[in-house]
Amino acid sequence: MMASSYNAKEEDGHPSGASGHGGPGVVKSKKPDNTAFKQQRLPAWQPILTAGTVLPAFFVIGLIFIPIGIGLFVTSNNIKEFEIDYTGVDMDSPCYTCAKNSSWNNTTPCTCSVDFTLEQPFESNVFMYYGLSNFYQNHRRYVKSRDDSQLNGGRSALMEPSKECEPYRKTDGVPIAPCGAIANSLFNDTLELFHIDSNGSRNAVPLVKKGIAWWTDKHVKFRNPGGNNNLTLAFQGDFSKPVNWRKPVYELDPSDPENNGFINEDFIVWMRTAALPTFRKLYRIIQKKSSTTPTLPSGKYTLDITYNYPVLSFDGRKRMILSTISWMGGKNPFLGIAYITVGSICFFLGVVLLIIHYKYDTRNNSADIPN
Amino acid sequence: MDFTLLRNIISRYCVGEENWVDSRTVYIGHKEPPPGAEAYIPQRYPDNRIVSSKYTFWNFIPKNLFEQFRRIANFYFLVIFLVQLIIDTPTSPVTSGLPLFFVITVTAIKQGYEDWLRHKADCSINECPVDVVQQGKVVRTQSHKLRVGDIVVVREDETFPCDLILLSSSRHDGTCYVTTASLDGESSHKTYYAVPDTMAFRTEQEVDSLHATIECEQPQPDLYKPSVLICEFLHVFYSCRPLGAENLLLRGATLKNTQHIYAVAVYTGMETKMALNYQSKSQKRSAVEKSMNAFLIVYLCILISKAVINTVLKYAWQWSPDRDEPWYNHRTENERQRHVIRAFTDFLAFMVLFNYIIPVSMYVTVEMQKFLGSYFITWDEEMFDEELGEGAQVNTSDLNEELGQVEYVFTDKTGTLTENNMEFIECCVDGNVYIPHAICNGQILSAASSIDMIDSSPGGYRRVSQRISKLDNKTHLLESSEVYFLNPDCVTSTNNTSEHEDLFFRALCLCHTVQVKEEETVDGIKRGIHQGRPTSFYISSSPDEVALKLHTRIKTLGKRFHQRLLHVLNFDSVRRRMSVIVKSSSGDYLLFCKGADSSIFPRVVSGKVEQVKAREGLRTLCVAYRRLSESEYAEACHHLTEAKLALQDREQRLAQAYDIIERDFVLLGATAVEDRLQEKAADTIESLHKAGMKVWVLTGDKMETAAATCYASKLFRRSTQILELTKKRTEEQSLHDVLFELNRTVLRQHCLDFGLIIDGATLSAVLKPNQESAGHGNYREIFLEICRNCSAVLCCRMAPLQKAQIVKLIKASKEHPITLAIGDGANDVSMILEAHVGIGIMGKEGRQAARNSDYAIPKFKHLKKMLLVHGHYYYIRIAELVQYFFYKNVCFIFPQFLYQFFCGFSQQPLYDTAYLTLYNISFTSLPILLYSLVEQHVTMETLKREPSLYRDIAKNSLLRWPVFLYWTCLGVFDAVIFFFGAYFLFDNTTFTSNGQMFGNWTFGTLVFTVLVFTVTLKLALDTHHWTWINHFVIWGSLLFYVIFSLLWGGIIWPFLNYQRMYYVFMQMLSSGPAWLSIILLITVSLLPDVIKKVLCRAMCPTATERAQVGCFANFQKFGEFFCQIFVFFANDETIFFGARK
Repeated sequence: MMASSYNAKEEDGHPSGASGHGGPGVVKSKKPDNTAFKQQRLPAWQPILTAGTVLPAFFVIGLIFIPIGIGLFVTSNNIKEFEIDYTGVDMDSPCYTCAKNSSWNNTTPCTCSVDFTLEQPFESNVFMYYGLSNFYQNHRRYVKSRDDSQLNGGRSALMEPSKECEPYRKTDGVPIAPCGAIANSLFNDTLELFHIDSNGSRNAVPLVKKGIAWWTDKHVKFRNPGGNNNLTLAFQGDFSKPVNWRKPVYELDPSDPENNGFINEDFIVWMRTAALPTFRKLYRIIQKKSSTTPTLPSGKYTLDITYNYPVLSFDGRKRMILSTISWMGGKNPFLGIAYITVGSICFFLGVVLLIIHYKYDTRNNSADIPN
Repeated sequence: MDFTLLRNIISRYCVGEENWVDSRTVYIGHKEPPPGAEAYIPQRYPDNRIVSSKYTFWNFIPKNLFEQFRRIANFYFLVIFLVQLIIDTPTSPVTSGLPLFFVITVTAIKQGYEDWLRHKADCSINECPVDVVQQGKVVRTQSHKLRVGDIVVVREDETFPCDLILLSSSRHDGTCYVTTASLDGESSHKTYYAVPDTMAFRTEQEVDSLHATIECEQPQPDLYKPSVLICEFLHVFYSCRPLGAENLLLRGATLKNTQHIYAVAVYTGMETKMALNYQSKSQKRSAVEKSMNAFLIVYLCILISKAVINTVLKYAWQWSPDRDEPWYNHRTENERQRHVIRAFTDFLAFMVLFNYIIPVSMYVTVEMQKFLGSYFITWDEEMFDEELGEGAQVNTSDLNEELGQVEYVFTDKTGTLTENNMEFIECCVDGNVYIPHAICNGQILSAASSIDMIDSSPGGYRRVSQRISKLDNKTHLLESSEVYFLNPDCVTSTNNTSEHEDLFFRALCLCHTVQVKEEETVDGIKRGIHQGRPTSFYISSSPDEVALKLHTRIKTLGKRFHQRLLHVLNFDSVRRRMSVIVKSSSGDYLLFCKGADSSIFPRVVSGKVEQVKAREGLRTLCVAYRRLSESEYAEACHHLTEAKLALQDREQRLAQAYDIIERDFVLLGATAVEDRLQEKAADTIESLHKAGMKVWVLTGDKMETAAATCYASKLFRRSTQILELTKKRTEEQSLHDVLFELNRTVLRQHCLDFGLIIDGATLSAVLKPNQESAGHGNYREIFLEICRNCSAVLCCRMAPLQKAQIVKLIKASKEHPITLAIGDGANDVSMILEAHVGIGIMGKEGRQAARNSDYAIPKFKHLKKMLLVHGHYYYIRIAELVQYFFYKNVCFIFPQFLYQFFCGFSQQPLYDTAYLTLYNISFTSLPILLYSLVEQHVTMETLKREPSLYRDIAKNSLLRWPVFLYWTCLGVFDAVIFFFGAYFLFDNTTFTSNGQMFGNWTFGTLVFTVLVFTVTLKLALDTHHWTWINHFVIWGSLLFYVIFSLLWGGIIWPFLNYQRMYYVFMQMLSSGPAWLSIILLITVSLLPDVIKKVLCRAMCPTATERAQVGCFANFQKFGEFFCQIFVFFANDETIFFGARK
C-alpha cells in the first residue's frame, strides 16, 4: 500500500528525474497489453447443463449401465461358492474341544475334521480361502506393527527392528524376525481337503500353495536375508522366532526353499492387512486337472483342520471358503445390482427430464418472447 | 546580555525532561552557538530516510513467521503439527507439516515480494538528488543524507525533500507558490512567506552566513496546525520572531512558479508531517471473508464433535479387554501405564486424523486468487484512459469480490459525475443575460473555434469575439491564451455600457486570485500551436475563476484601468466569498465582492436579485460592490490591520473584521459556469440502477446545480417523484412533520420511483441525537425508512465529514448493506475510507482520493465494468472457491470418519500419508485456483448488456447458509458413496481374476481415486468457461494423480520405513471390477448435483441461467434432436406426453 503511494508521489514530485528515462515511452508501457488472456477473452467452450443437453447423457448412461449390470450380475451368480464355519462354538460342532483347549501354550496340535457336501460340481479352478471375523487386522496399532525393511532382507533392520514393532520387537534383547504384531499373529491352522468317494475312501484333494500372494510382493517386497539358500544359517543364533510361533521363520516350508523364510506365501498373504474386520485370505488353489472332469465334483468332502489358532477370546469366527473365480473375481452381486440400479435410475431420470424439458421449455420460450 | 534570551529559552525547554521533549532547537547550517552558550545540547534527529517497508533482510524470517502465525488458521495448523510431533498420532507430522510449510512459504514469498517493492520505492525516494548549501556552495547530495539544520535549495517543480522553513525565495517579495496536491489533494497554489529577516538573502554565501537557531515543537502529525516556531537570530539581529504555518513548507508539496528557494530543514525522514500522517488503512474485510470464517467455525465444531464422538465410542467399544487388547495386538508396557492421559491423547489423535476438514490451503488459495485475480483489473484495456495514460489501479486486493456485492453507491458530484472542467456559460449583468453565441445557436463548440458573445437580453445587441482557449485538463492551465477582440465595434460598445456593467467586469478583473504566468519557452508539443509567442498561464485556486478569467479579459483589454489594489480579503470556504478594496482612478474607494449566491444575497441591499436567482441549475458566482467613503475606508483599514497584527486568534478576528466590512452590497450580476457531465455517466448510473444499486450523490454544491446534474445523469428521471428534505422546508414546518409526511408519501405509493433531496443542514438535524422528543421516535429510523424506498438520493451542501457520516449511517442500518463510495477529491477521502469499498477517481483534484481508495479508476464510466463485470466475476469465483474447498475436504475426511467404525476406532487413516499430504496441495489445488481466476459463467458482453444479472448475486447469495448446507450435504453424500461403494465391493470377497486378496491400502486407494476424480469432475461440471488452460489443468491434474500414484507405488522407496503402497495402485488397476466400480461411484456421486442443476434451471431459472442459455443455442439443438429421435422410437411415451399436455 505504502509502496504504491510512494510511486504516486514520485510521479507528482520529481518529474525531472522521472522523465529522464520516460517521456512518451512511460505512457505506452503503462497501457495494458491487448492479449486474450489479460483481457479475459480467451476462446472458450461454454457448456451449460440444461435438461436438453443432459438428457442424452442420461439415456446413454442408462443404456450402457444396465447391460453391464446384467452381465456382472449373471457372472456373479454363475460363480460357485461354498463356505463353512469351523470355529467350534457349538457343543455339537466337531471342533468344539479344540476350540476350547486351544491356546498358544499348547504344544500338542489339536486336530478335528468337518464333513460337508457340495451340491454342485465346481468346474473351473477352485480357490480355497480361510476367513476370519471380528479380527481387527486394520487396527492402527496392528497395521503399523511391522518392519518392511526387515522383511526386505535388510541386514541392519534384521539386527535392529523398527520401533513400530513394539512390543514384538525383541525378546530378552534378541531381535525377533519377523518382528511385529502382524507377523506374530500369523494364521497357523492347517487345512486339508479330502474327497469322499462313493465307496467311502478319502482322496486327498491336491492343494497348490503357490501363486496365492502378489507376484511383486513375493519377488520384490519380501526378500530373505542373504538369498534363499542356507536360510538356517542366515537366521540361526542371532534371532528369535516370534513369541506365538511354533517354529522359526526358516522352517515355514522346509520342503521348498523358494517358499521359505520371508518369502513364504502364506506369510506374505497374512502380512497384507485386510481392510475390514471380517475378511478372507487366499489359502490354496485347487487346479483343474482335465477339461472333462470338474475340479471338485459334487459329493461328500472332509476338511481336516489342525486347530492352532484361537479366536474365541475375541469372539472371532473361522471359516473355510471354496470359490470359483470369474474375470470379475469372487461372488459379489453388489456391483451388478448397483449397475442395474444406477442405470435404471438414470433412464428413469431421463424420462422425467424429458417431461420437464417439454413442459418447461415451452413455457420458458414463451416467457422469453416479451423480453 | 546577548544570550539571555537564548539562555532563558534553552533553560526553559531543556531543564525538565518533559519540557525538553516539547521542542527542538535547530541550528541553521549546523553552526554551533558561540562558546559562551554553555547550554548547547546536541540533539539527535533521524536522517531523512523514508522507511515504508516492514522487513529488513535480517528480520524477515522471524518477523514474517510471527506475523503469519498470528493468523488463527495458521496457528491452528501449527498446533496440529506440534501435536503430531509430540504424541503418537495416526498420521505422520509430514502430512500437516508439509502443507503448512507450503502455505507459509507461498505467503512469505508474496509478502517478501511486496516488501521488496516497497524497499525499491523507498530507495528511489531516498536517493533522489537534493541541493544543499555547504560552506557557501551548493552541493548535490542524496535525499536521505539530509539532516535537520541543512539549508536546502529547491528549484521550480521540485518537491520538498523534508519539512522546511522558508528563508528566502527568488521572488522579490519573499513569497513562493506551492501546490500540496499530493498531500491533501488541493491543486491550488498556495502562497508561503519567507522569514522577513532573511528574505533579502539572494546567494548561497549570504544564506550560509546566517547564524540562527529555530525553536520548534516536536513533530506532530496534524497537517493544518503547524507547530509554533520561534526563530532566534544570533549575531545578526539578536531578535526573536514568531513564525507560522505560512513559513513551513511540507515534504511532498511541490514548488511552483518560483525559480528557487532557500530553506532550512526542521523535520526529516519519518518525522515529517507527511510520514507522520501516513496511517495504515484500517483493514477492510469483505462479506465473503466473514462468511468464510463463519463456515470455518461450523467446520471446527463438526471436527471437534467428530473427535468427541469417536473418542466416546472408542471407549464404549473397547470396554471388554478382548477388544481393547486381543492377544494378537498387545500394547507396549509404556502405553499401558498411561491410563489417565490416554483418553486425551486419543481425542487429540482423532483431531489430527480429521484436521484436514479445515482446509489448510484454503487461505493461501484465496489469497493467491485475490492477488493474482486483481491483475485482471489492472490489465483491463477498457478501463484504460488514453488521456490520463493510466488504467485502473488496485490498492488492496482483499475486496475484489465485494465489488460484486454493492448495494449502495455514494458518489461525489464534481469531478466524479462531472468532468470538473468549468466552461463559461453565461453572465447576467443588471438583469441582462449574455451567453456565448455558439451555445445560443445550439452548436457544439470545438476547441479552436471563435465564439461570439451575444447579449440575448432584449434591447441590446453587442458582439464580442474571442478566440477560445482550451483548458488543460490536468492543471487548469490555459494553453494558448491569446484573447483579444476581433470586432472593433465591441470596444466602442463597451464604452457605452452602463456603469453597472462596467463595474461588473472591473470586479471580475480585480477580484480574483488568478495569476498570469508568462513563459517564454517554446515547447511545440506541449504548449500548443502558438509557437514562439509568449504564452500565458492562468493559475488559480479555483477552476471557476480560470473559466471566468478567460472571458473577462475580453472586456479589460480594451480599456485601461488605473486603480490601486489596497486590500484583499481572501477567500475562505466558510464565508464563501472574497473581496478586494481598490482605489479607482477617479479616487473612489470601491469594495468588490464575489462569492456564492447564498453568501452574497443576505448582504445585498439593492440590485436585481430576482434575475440572478432565476439562473438556477448553473454554478453561479455573484458579484457585488459597495462604494466606500473616505471615513468608511479608514475604518475598514483599521479593522483589517488590527486583526492582521493580532497575535492570538488571528483567524477569528480577521473573520470578524471581514464580516463588518462586507455588507450593504449592491448586486452587479452573476456569472455562470457549467461543469459538463463525464462521458457515459448517465449510462453508468442507469446500469447501476438496473443492477439494483441505490445511487446517492453527495455534493457540496447547492441544491439546484446538483439537481440539474442529477437529471442530466439520469439519476432522477422525468417520472421520479422528488421528495425534498431541505432547510427551506424545515423552516416552514418542523423537521418532525416533514419527516413523517414524507414517510407517509413513500409508504402510500409503493410503485412510484422516488428521489430524495436532502441538504447538509437538515441532515445534521436528522442525525442529531434526539434528546427531548424521545416520544416522537427516532428520526434516524424514519429517515432510513424513507431512504430505503427511494431509488436515488441527492445530498447537497455536504461537508466532507458529513459524507462519511451518511455512509456510516447506511452501513449501520439494520440490513447492513454493502456500500461503495466513489470520489476524486480530498474531501471524499473520509467517505472512501468509511465505505466497504472505496473507489478513487484519478481526477484533477490531486491523487489523494485515488491513494486512499481501495481501487482507483480513471473515469466514472469505468465503474460499470468494475462492478458489473469484474465484481460479478470475482464474486462467483470466490464463492465457488470457498464452497468447493469445504466440499472437497468433507469428501476427503468423511470416509475416514466412517472407516473408524470398522477399524475399532483406532484412528487408522484410510489413505496413505502421501495422499493425505498431497490431496490439498497438489491433486486438487490447481483446478480450483484456475477456476477462481478465469471462470466466466456468462460472457462479459452479456453482463454489461444486462445489468440486472447483478441482482442474482446480491446479498451474498452464493454463500448463504442454505447453499453452504447444500454443499456440505453433497460432500457427505459423496463421501458415503465412496466409502460404502468400496465397502461393498470389498465385502468379504475378492475382485481379482487370480483370486488374490487386497488389503486395507487398496481399499483406501480405491476410495481416494474415486474421490480425486469425483471432486475434480464436480469442478469440471461447474466450469462454464473452458479455455485451453482449464482443459490443461483439469485433465492434467487427474493425469498427474495417476502418474504420481503409479510412481509412488512403482518403486521400493529407500528412504521410507514402510512400503505399504508398493504396487497397490497398479494391482488395483489390474482388476476389472475396480475400474467398473470407480466409474460407477463417480457417476453416482455426480448424479445428484447434475440433477439439482438441471431441475433448478428448468423449474425456476435465475436471470443468469437464462442469459447463459441465450448463448448456448447450438448444443441445445443437439439435445432436442436427440429427444425427438427418442420420442419417435418410444411411441407410447409420445402418447403419454400428449395426454399430459
